[in-house]
Amino acid sequence: MRHDHVITSKHLSRGDIETVLDRAAEIAADPSAVADRHAGALLGLLFFEPSTRTKMSFETAMKRLGGDVVDMGSVESSSVKKGETLADTVRVIEGYADALVLRHPREGAATMASEFVDVPLLNAGDGAGQHPTQTLLDLYTIRENAGLDDLTIGIMGDLKYGRTVHSLAYALSNFDTRQHFVSPESLRLPREVVYDLHQQQGGRTGIREHESLEAVLSDLDVLYVTRIQRERFPDESEYRKVAGEYRIDAETLEDAADDLTVMHPLPRVDEIAPEVDDTDHAAYFEQAHNGVPVRMALLDLLLSEGGGGRDE
Amino acid sequence: MSDDRGDHELRVSKIRNGTVIDHVPGGQALNVLAILGIDGSEGEELSVGMNVPSDRLARKDILKVEDRELSQDEVDVLSLIAPDATINIVREYDVVEKHRVDRPDVVEGVLSCPNDGCISAGDEPVDSRFEVLDDGVRCEYCDTIVREGIASLIDT
Repeated sequence: MRHDHVITSKHLSRGDIETVLDRAAEIAADPSAVADRHAGALLGLLFFEPSTRTKMSFETAMKRLGGDVVDMGSVESSSVKKGETLADTVRVIEGYADALVLRHPREGAATMASEFVDVPLLNAGDGAGQHPTQTLLDLYTIRENAGLDDLTIGIMGDLKYGRTVHSLAYALSNFDTRQHFVSPESLRLPREVVYDLHQQQGGRTGIREHESLEAVLSDLDVLYVTRIQRERFPDESEYRKVAGEYRIDAETLEDAADDLTVMHPLPRVDEIAPEVDDTDHAAYFEQAHNGVPVRMALLDLLLSEGGGGRDE
Repeated sequence: MSDDRGDHELRVSKIRNGTVIDHVPGGQALNVLAILGIDGSEGEELSVGMNVPSDRLARKDILKVEDRELSQDEVDVLSLIAPDATINIVREYDVVEKHRVDRPDVVEGVLSCPNDGCISAGDEPVDSRFEVLDDGVRCEYCDTIVREGIASLIDT
């Protein structure tokens, strides 16, 4: 890895991604080999928004590397409540820990925080922005199930506000992929992201937008489903109508390829019916479990390097 | 009272010391004044011609501001709304310097991000920072792209 912060998947090259995924595969194959590798190291957890999976998997990853965590706790019980700026908070906590994990409701929070600290900082989600460690575990899961080159992927649901979607789309454009984005009109991919995928990724990736899954389902190697949130709609009936059209069940999957992999960043509400869980398509629990070896790999690479080139 | 029907051109008197900003796209003069923080309330002496015929642009605006030279920040932002502008520095009625504006790669601390959810729009001790694109600007914190209405983002 060339970087000592992990802020956005836009800054991850194919080489960076492969380094992390290869290391994660090594760790997954033999976790005991790294059990004491970072004994004594501390990871600072700064979660300004609730999180279950991301926070617990970072904590598990650090402890499985022999290290430990220090946790800011909830915003209500911290000095943030007294009006402290994020810039001050991260400068204080970097004195306690060897690396920091930040989740914050504002977009750009991790970019700004990284300008104030010298220890590695990992973005665990900034508003509707980026969530690059989720992306790395998604890529790991895709690589294990379908491979990352010559991939046709459908990404469906809330593409406008879903930060996992934006991060994943950028990262996938390092590979030979065809990306189909399926969403209601009101939740299409932000124009900024489309702009980047077209302009900055040099046209290596093919992207298309659809309002219905039907037209593309049978072509897909991977279907990545995200939750459509109630609060994005003016009223309950509109929400129910739209959400129902983007729901996956056994019947939907009858038209899919036999080896289609269905993923979801979780938590799900009802966008994937429980009956799908028992099919060979379902990879979302495996995906959640992959968060541990992938975050172990990232932490191992960042903590072993002891700094390096800044993430510019 | 004179009635010079033969003269269709706008005549603006020469200034003694100050800046003439020429070749501003027609209709943008008031935004240029906003960039310069000039609203007339301080007694500044200025002349503004709007939508006057131009060889280079079909219609252009021209501003003459007495006793005022532009800072680099002001020129940077000016370049975003008036990329073809020329800036003439006048001393004792003579143009002593004449230059075009250059679009910078980045503008810092002069525009405020229109995204309420952006970290730079909060109380953090950072200046806004925008990358200048071919057809707009992009917040380096939250990635929001602005193509229209850049002048309204000027931090005053």
